Amino acid sequence: MSGMATGAATAGGVGLVSCETCQLLARPARAREAGYCPRCGERLESRRHASIETTWALVISAAICFIPANALPVLNTTALGSTSGDTILSGVEFLYTSGSWPLALIVLVASFMIPLGKIVALVYLLITIQRRSSLGNRERTRLHRMVVFIGRWSMLDVFVDTFTVALVQLSPLMSVAPGPGVVFFAAVVVLTMLAAESLDPRLIWDFEPAQVRRG
Amino acid sequence: MAAGTQARCARCRRVLATRPAVPPDLPLALACTAAIAYLIANLLPMMDLSVVGRFATTTIAGGAVQMWREGQMATAVLVLFCAVLAPGCYILFMLMLLLALRRTPPPSWVGELLRWIAHLQVWSMVEVMMLGVLVALVKIAELATVTPGMGMFAFGAVVLLLPAITLTFDDRDTWARAAWVDSDAQRLAAAPIPEQRK
Repeated sequence: MSGMATGAATAGGVGLVSCETCQLLARPARAREAGYCPRCGERLESRRHASIETTWALVISAAICFIPANALPVLNTTALGSTSGDTILSGVEFLYTSGSWPLALIVLVASFMIPLGKIVALVYLLITIQRRSSLGNRERTRLHRMVVFIGRWSMLDVFVDTFTVALVQLSPLMSVAPGPGVVFFAAVVVLTMLAAESLDPRLIWDFEPAQVRRG
Repeated sequence: MAAGTQARCARCRRVLATRPAVPPDLPLALACTAAIAYLIANLLPMMDLSVVGRFATTTIAGGAVQMWREGQMATAVLVLFCAVLAPGCYILFMLMLLLALRRTPPPSWVGELLRWIAHLQVWSMVEVMMLGVLVALVKIAELATVTPGMGMFAFGAVVLLLPAITLTFDDRDTWARAAWVDSDAQRLAAAPIPEQRK
């Protein structure tokens, strides 16, 4: 199988387009405007329309939202009259000092390292595609797949905050309210998920040099 | 492709298609179970909290409602969509689809439903929410006594059942049986392939 890995015929090479929704191989109506899939009615695209531009826009927006998401408190705790704000990282610190370090690690990875890693990975993929790199195509494809797969897990902190707020309503004793950071954090998660979806992984394979192909 | 086999991309090794080797009614049975577990999970409280004689309790939707009341409308809508609406619609559409597929030929809207299901799957985050609830539980346990409710166990069942439905459902076979949007093209494609010039 590895022998045909680089020499295999591609749909584009024989003038066909694969539908992204139902995987039907179809002959495009015209070279510029491929038309619609005859089976499921989805727009046929050899490469997603304006994939790089859309992904850049979404990634940059996510990177901007990432700053207030971490700087502003996500939870405001009022206990016996005094209020204190908790950011995502101080929430991790609370979990760690209260003795549950495995949970602290899960929250740190899911709410800080995954969003940051996703932004860095998408920027790396965009730059290598725009530089027409043909190095490590398989690894870069795997990286893209990982970003798509892992993205949903950064919603973790939004759910943690929601249920903490919903349950701890024992005023005047103690109550927890969401802080302004939550909405920015949710925005980071949604924007990076949309960015990963809008990046077309087939672009990674478009600049394979001819001499690498083995027959 | 034979049942129980996989096809992988020759270039990037991704699994392109799988034919699950399971009885054809298994996804339907799983979807029915998931629908019942989903209803219980959403109607009964996820957890109860008690501290010095005061009690509080919440359901999944209750969490979103509280966020809305506290002024976080966008977050509330997102939580409600990812934890309640998307998985609920996924189970409902899957049930409709699996029942419709028992008819031959299947109704014309099968393809449309399949497209919706693929989009819903991306935004249905039951497993993430489950972990989120557990983390919240441990955090609050420092301050008060929390006990997981009946809804939590039912939700755990939903978390296990949803991927089980996806794994046992043969979407490739369903597309092959679905009526095409362009019926002329379908007739052409079904015709024997003419001898191709090299």
